[in-house]
Amino acid sequence: MSLTEERSTTAHVVGSVAEVPPGEGRTFVVGGEQVAVFRLRDGSLHATQAACPHAGGPLADGQTDVDVLVCPLHQYAYRWADGASTSGAAPIRVYPVREEDGALVVEV
Amino acid sequence: MTAILGGRLTGATTLHLEDEPDTRGRLVVVGNGMAGARFVEEVLERGGGEQFRITVFGDEPHGNYNRIMLSPVLAGESHEDDIVLNSHDWYADNGVDLRAGVRVERIDTAAKQVHAADGSVTGYDHLVLATGSYSFIPPMTGVRTDGGELLPGVYGFRTIDETRAMLAATGRCTRAVVMGGGLLGLEAARALQGHGLQVDLVHAMPWLMNAQLDAEAGAILRKSVESLGITVHLDVLATEVLGTDHVEGVVLKDGRRLDCDLLVVAAGVRPHSDLAVRSGLEVQRGIVVDDQLRTDDPDVYAIGECAQHRGELYGLVAPAWEHAKVLADVLTGTDPAAEYHGSRTATKLKVAGVDVAVMGVSTPERDDDEFLVISEPKRGVHLSVVIRDDKLVGATLLGDTRKVAFLTQAFDRGAPLPEERIRLLVDLSDGAAEVGVAEMPADSQVCNCNGVSKGDICGAVSGGCSNVGEVMDRTRAGKGCGSCKSLVKQIVEWAADGDLTEDPAASWYVPGIPMPKPELMRAIREHDLRSVSAVFSTLAPDGRDDAKSKMGLTSLLKMIWGHDFVPEKDGEFINDRVHANIQRDGTFSVVPQMKGGVTTPAQLRKIADVAERYEVPMVKVTGGQRIDLLGVRKEDLPAMWADLGMPSGYAYGKSFRTVKTCVGSDFCRFGLGDSTQLGIDLETRFQGIESPAKMKLAVVGCPRNCAEAYVKDVGVVAVGNGKWEVYVGGAAGATIRKGDLLATVDSPEAVITLAGRFMQYYRENANWLERTYDFVPRIGLETIKAVLLEDSEGIVADLDAGMQRSIDAYTDPWGQDAAEPATPGQFRPSLPLVALPKVPVR
Repeated sequence: MSLTEERSTTAHVVGSVAEVPPGEGRTFVVGGEQVAVFRLRDGSLHATQAACPHAGGPLADGQTDVDVLVCPLHQYAYRWADGASTSGAAPIRVYPVREEDGALVVEV
Repeated sequence: MTAILGGRLTGATTLHLEDEPDTRGRLVVVGNGMAGARFVEEVLERGGGEQFRITVFGDEPHGNYNRIMLSPVLAGESHEDDIVLNSHDWYADNGVDLRAGVRVERIDTAAKQVHAADGSVTGYDHLVLATGSYSFIPPMTGVRTDGGELLPGVYGFRTIDETRAMLAATGRCTRAVVMGGGLLGLEAARALQGHGLQVDLVHAMPWLMNAQLDAEAGAILRKSVESLGITVHLDVLATEVLGTDHVEGVVLKDGRRLDCDLLVVAAGVRPHSDLAVRSGLEVQRGIVVDDQLRTDDPDVYAIGECAQHRGELYGLVAPAWEHAKVLADVLTGTDPAAEYHGSRTATKLKVAGVDVAVMGVSTPERDDDEFLVISEPKRGVHLSVVIRDDKLVGATLLGDTRKVAFLTQAFDRGAPLPEERIRLLVDLSDGAAEVGVAEMPADSQVCNCNGVSKGDICGAVSGGCSNVGEVMDRTRAGKGCGSCKSLVKQIVEWAADGDLTEDPAASWYVPGIPMPKPELMRAIREHDLRSVSAVFSTLAPDGRDDAKSKMGLTSLLKMIWGHDFVPEKDGEFINDRVHANIQRDGTFSVVPQMKGGVTTPAQLRKIADVAERYEVPMVKVTGGQRIDLLGVRKEDLPAMWADLGMPSGYAYGKSFRTVKTCVGSDFCRFGLGDSTQLGIDLETRFQGIESPAKMKLAVVGCPRNCAEAYVKDVGVVAVGNGKWEVYVGGAAGATIRKGDLLATVDSPEAVITLAGRFMQYYRENANWLERTYDFVPRIGLETIKAVLLEDSEGIVADLDAGMQRSIDAYTDPWGQDAAEPATPGQFRPSLPLVALPKVPVR
């Protein structure tokens, strides 16, 4: 289950897709939330809370693959699909994110 | 006037609590030594300051000081101010009435009053006797004057005043006799000898430290002590002290005369029990107490060396502190049922320059006691253990105390012992971890990087992980520096009790590509794969990328392709992406290159200016002889690099990092070779070279090893006549290993060639994150020698060429990315965040 399903969300334009290079993550502030947005090399976009629930690590600096995001501080891993940790940490919030005419739209 | 140790400043007044109305209970402590003061601390810690008005009597005028440290004071290694535990001010600040220098003469247990020599009478509700011990002066003709005082020049070794007097005497004395070959006597002898006195040590028993050591160990200790220049006389008593106004010598029972102008009597201690005797309390060898440290009077207690509990007297500080805890629990009501059941005494110390650790019994006492002894008299080493019913009941370590931690644990906790008893005393093959996996407590931290305990690992096994790789993934144990991997493996094997599945990924170089390193390297070359994404799409199952494999692949590809590697930022760990080391708060540390640890005033000025300009919270000298700027904001990195104008020191990477050096022949009067220049040359040549794990080097100009070259991945030691020894596989981090001597070569150029050859061989053959201290033993020194020195595999030319390719590909990453970021927003903050100017809401 996505951890965002029960939330009432609003779509925000947070910037342009060009601000997030392929394979990397960047952090934005949107709707009072700190959100890390990632663009994988396959073009897919993902968005999560910006801080790792374990020790507050900057998740946008983490390493990614098609399944998970890994925090750079202590290597806790989280699934894109639902934010659940595969390494025993608390789950993270994930947010719907898409591209519209070159703009990054995140639902928070 | 005698200086008061821990005294109050002149003019400061003493608090007189008795003048003030107070409804609290009255707690009086007689004795202000280690036990008494510790007891007061324990009471205060439990909030006892609100329950009790506390009065402490001390014979000495000083505050509370650490009596154990008198030997270093006598030796001149510590200053007396350093041994103060609680000053007079501490007592005043804590509302404790300290009557320092006031002797208690009598206790009226019926009236519950303490009568002191100053005429004062102090009432109590609870009275604690912590009167300690005094130096035993054996009966000897002439040792005392007619007035009963010790003959001038004769000292016990128990108080700071005696220590001061002895120190003063060392200036005018030339010959000392120390009576007593126990711990205190040995320390006194060593200290006096250190002041240039000729020292004779007289011990009444057949061997030194007879209370703690067996005869054989005592004999070895004797040799060590004599090698210091101290003359030892065993199995003989002194019967007479010579001199009328001042000591002139002693006469031994066998008639020999030893001249001296200083006599230290350290022939044991006796409990101070006179006060208890005079007050009608039960006294045997000491003041008799029950399990709650209570004497036969229900409101009077005794703790420390004066107390006799279950027939035992203790002369060590640890039991005194246990007494203090239990009694504080009882009297403050924190745990009214607290009891003391005796102490298992273990002690580790340095006696006359020799490491000694003893615990429990020193020799077997029952027919079926197991007794294991390793004795190397020539090396001054004697190790023994006594085992009873599969439990450690005693251990003696002399000259080599490396195993003391494990043995203490086994002794204290009664933990199970290894079947091969020899492992209790020496490490066989792969180290201490072998002993102790079973008996490690569950809360023992195994992976310090990620805070994973033995219990966490066992929990993962019982939770279904069936091999080491799964456990490491689940718990993250071994995923930091990797030094705990072998211990993790042992714990998993132990926890699974043989029920392990084979970890298919164990032989793979990275977890996402099912290939060992040689096969992977072949495939990369065959398919001409020059980027991480290309490797995944060609070689990974279903072409899927894997986050945990990226960093290792990036490193490997850089090594294989040099200039022709195609970089991808997502293949790099954040440290490599921004060329700085991420810290716990998301900031970074910056370490400029400082080749061979050598810098200039201009560089230092620059670093200082940059640190101020960018408000760097901490500037720290690293273990690698460089300067670390900690707490740097990510967005400040490029400008800082530009302002520094120095290249990156690669303090963040799995790469060649640094070369420590000593000053070698430049300034050192012992230097045999120019280690500084060789260190600089090595660092210049190999800067930035990526590798399976970090590589740290050192060069020293002589075997004194000031820059610790014996414990580096590659260590170089000048041995004279232009020759250099090259060591490999050393470490002094979480793992400690002395490097193996690879070869002795004739020139700095040969060192550079051989070091490069070894590093390239390691780069090509080591597993990801495998340090050289694991790599060298795994491959085997003989094999490495054959490959690198005799070219047994015909690859030396390729190794040299491979290293050269990487050297040619070096560019300073700071120079590059400071000029133009590699990707947009490369240095944008990830945490903490700053709100963007405007976010339109749809």
